[in-house]
Amino acid sequence: MLDSKVPEGPLSEKWTRHKFNVKLVNPANKRKYDVIVVGTGLAGASASATLAELGYNVKAFCFQDSPRRAHSIAAQGGINAAKNYQNDGDSIYRLFYDTIKGGDYRSREANVHRLAEVSVNIIDQCVAQGVPFAREYGGLLANRSFGGAQVSRTFYARGQTGQQLLLGAYSALSRQVANGKVQMFPRTEMLDLVTVNGEAKGIVTRNLVTGKIESHSAHAVVLATGGYGNVFFLSTNAMGSNVTAAWRAHKKGAFFANPSFTQIHPTCIPVSGDHQSKLTLMSESLRNDGRVWVPKAKDEKRKPEDIPEDERDYYLERKYPAFGNLVPRDVASRNAKYVCDEGRGVGATKLAVYLDFADAIRRDGRDTIEAKYGNLFDMYRQITGENPYETPMKIFPAVHYTMGGLWVDYNLQTTVPGLYATGESNFSDHGANRLGASALMQGLADGYFVLPYTIGDYLAGSSYEKISTDHEAFKEAENNAKAHLDRLLNINGTKTVDHYHRELGKIMWDYCGMSRTEEGLKKAKNMVKELRDEFWTNVKVIGTADELNLSLEKANRVSDFLELGELMIDDALMRNESCGGHFREEYQTPEGEALRDDENFAFVGAWEYQGPNNPEKLNKEELKFENVKLTQRSYK
Amino acid sequence: MKLKLKIWRQKNTQDKGNFKAYDVDDISPDMSFLEMIDVLNEQLETKGEEPVHFDHDCREGICGMCSMHINGRPHGPQQGVTTCQLHMRSFSDGDTITIEPWRAQGFPVLRDLMVDRSAFDRIIQAGGYVSVNTGGTPDANEIPIPKSIADEAFNAATCIGCGACVAACKNASASLFVSAKISQLALLPQGQVERKERAEKMIAQMDAEGFGACTNTGACSAECPKGISLSNIARMNREFLTAKASSDNA
Ligand SMILES: Cc1cc2nc3c(=O)[nH]c(=O)nc-3n(C[C@H](O)[C@H](O)[C@H](O)COP(=O)(O)OP(=O)(O)OC[C@H]3O[C@@H](n4cnc5c(N)ncnc54)[C@H](O)[C@@H]3O)c2cc1C
Ligand code: SF4
Ligand code: FES
Repeated sequence: MLDSKVPEGPLSEKWTRHKFNVKLVNPANKRKYDVIVVGTGLAGASASATLAELGYNVKAFCFQDSPRRAHSIAAQGGINAAKNYQNDGDSIYRLFYDTIKGGDYRSREANVHRLAEVSVNIIDQCVAQGVPFAREYGGLLANRSFGGAQVSRTFYARGQTGQQLLLGAYSALSRQVANGKVQMFPRTEMLDLVTVNGEAKGIVTRNLVTGKIESHSAHAVVLATGGYGNVFFLSTNAMGSNVTAAWRAHKKGAFFANPSFTQIHPTCIPVSGDHQSKLTLMSESLRNDGRVWVPKAKDEKRKPEDIPEDERDYYLERKYPAFGNLVPRDVASRNAKYVCDEGRGVGATKLAVYLDFADAIRRDGRDTIEAKYGNLFDMYRQITGENPYETPMKIFPAVHYTMGGLWVDYNLQTTVPGLYATGESNFSDHGANRLGASALMQGLADGYFVLPYTIGDYLAGSSYEKISTDHEAFKEAENNAKAHLDRLLNINGTKTVDHYHRELGKIMWDYCGMSRTEEGLKKAKNMVKELRDEFWTNVKVIGTADELNLSLEKANRVSDFLELGELMIDDALMRNESCGGHFREEYQTPEGEALRDDENFAFVGAWEYQGPNNPEKLNKEELKFENVKLTQRSYK
Repeated sequence: MKLKLKIWRQKNTQDKGNFKAYDVDDISPDMSFLEMIDVLNEQLETKGEEPVHFDHDCREGICGMCSMHINGRPHGPQQGVTTCQLHMRSFSDGDTITIEPWRAQGFPVLRDLMVDRSAFDRIIQAGGYVSVNTGGTPDANEIPIPKSIADEAFNAATCIGCGACVAACKNASASLFVSAKISQLALLPQGQVERKERAEKMIAQMDAEGFGACTNTGACSAECPKGISLSNIARMNREFLTAKASSDNA
């Protein structure tokens, strides 16, 4: 059993007590410690800035050309906080409760409560930095309700909340770069974690411009490297999002928790052809006014406008009269899949459903709809060439977020002492399903308000002495990293990296996506193994290792996805229940809803690497629910 | 669609570089411009040739990473979109398309279509922030801001730092980018304390990076994918003059 190190005491006092009990590093001594932060998204930029403000020496890394471009920039909808500015009954406890329930009871109570507690500080911090949140005419902050929440607790900056929050964190980071407290390494990719006597002591990186392999030593390492949704090839993630840093740390001893917990977002623009390189999310707010439907008949050829009302199936309204089009993400996604499996999908690929605004436009007028969704409609038109004011949108689910990630304890420390994981790269707060507007909250909570305290507890107990990068552990990691790249370059096969990535994505989507079966997963496991073997004998990577080389960067990342994919399948096979985004067809209620097994599966599955080609070992962290009662979700 | 591409190829910063011609066919009008280049690159890689290197990440017009000069215009023929949001239906069968990197002294070419925009980061480091540490900030609603001001600050804050303004300007001036940040913070109450110092320092850094002077041609704003307004430059100039007039180091 894994020890989550959750402090004693009543739920609402744990964090306050813990902050009092952790060891502190004397202000004058902080400058004697170096901390590496990999990643400059919300989680990494906020942590780097805050650690530097406290006095630590920070080295921050990202693979983009600037820290301001991390994938967090793309978040649209908003960020939750239990401010209760709208006086509609929100509270820390309610945000905590909604998050635990939304995660289908597969997250840790104490972490989620802490998240809800610090959520209010995040908004204060961002406003002080000059983040231009939406405001009411009276000059105070505006809120909206998001993702089916019953209170308005979401703060937003038009459809660009992630951008504005990240630019805020980036400005705080830039200030510390100017102060000389953060050394920033853009276009630099972490290739390995270096451990000495089992503790994290540094990383090995590749300078993406010159190809140079380098070592960086520190007293602690923080990974804030984002999610791994790109294992599916097509996702709403940025093209460069990858698992490499987390995966290499996993191979050095960090357990990987709940890898199969993936969120599939119901409202994305469908795939238009084989050339597709990524998918675009359409904000979930569209479901407030749009009605989802497909034709009743298979192989319908008429245009949607020509299909009479009684030949349409508004399947969400039919199956879930109480919630209708606003059922949670996983339920909406799964049902879209079912109708398409029945052959009732629409569009050229038959893998889409309609999201129709005709009734809303008739009811509220075009101007009202335009004021609410104008920018989204424009974006849709830009991408598809169709006008959603005149013809229904076509949407389909797409991979969006990964709840799984590196296992961390209450202090956000992984199973490797001195190695921390924050933001989407850890598994911590969202259980089996994440609520809308909660990822931004978690990234900033971790980086601004949690990690800067908890890392002190570890550093206070370690010596000032820094391991030299001449240490054999660094040399060995450098050599391994080089050997890995050389191996990729020397295969000189016949197929491109993208070919293998696309194939992997297809396997994962078909068998480890929206719905999973034992039989399918077993088949997929073999397919991934075969694909990996073929990759290592037949991939073609152009160029050399000591130059700017995008094919090599991609090949290196895909080589890790090919390993992660198998672990995701193992995890999905192990979990003989359905919960949140993990739907095993064998485990459903008579009405076809996810059927949890709390007796046997109320645990976090944390996988331990056992060497190449050996099955990984499952470790469990039991989830104890002392404050909420477990119920079956129902949206009928 | 069949297309002829003329693409700038340059091995590294030191290399001189030149245009190379490529043919692509089977291009669907639904493809994005970058997906069209993906197709070309898969062809090249399969033949064992070096793919065309270009910057990109989000492919939704928000990260500011993509940066191609297409037929003489930054981000191509369509107004208000980045290269990654441009679709092939904006072109016709048989077209010849010329693709170059941003050209500016402040943005050295790294390889093919990729340039080094770290000068922008250094300009922000010079003062593009409010100096607050984490924690100890007042409640967010203690600072009411009129909606019109908040909206204007937001408009300035939507700059994605892509550098198209510099690429569009005959003087390679970075004024639009710099003024967007100065404006955002000059408009908001949070930015007042450091207002003068910020304008001075950021402008000094912009000059030090080798960007040219602004001669008000307006090409930057016309090509800016986010429609950042020229009025920001006017505000920056005012900020700079007031700062100079009252500055201790004048
Ligand atoms: C389209 C979209 C919309 C979204 N909308 C919302 C929303 O409205 N509300 C919400 O709460 N959440 C939303 N999310 C989710 C949320 O945006 C992300 O979960 C969150 O931003 C992740 O932040 P992060 O800091 O953990 O990682 P990221 O922002 O992904 O940053 C990862 C960082 O790690 C670096 N990195 C990665 N690997 C390496 C390596 N090997 N070496 C060096 N550096 C590395 C990258 O360069 C980057 O700086 C959305 C997600 C998407 C895809
Ligand atoms: S001002 Fe416009 S063109 Fe210039 S960097 Fe910002 S978004 Fe790009
Ligand atoms: S790739 Fe992000 S803006 Fe174009």
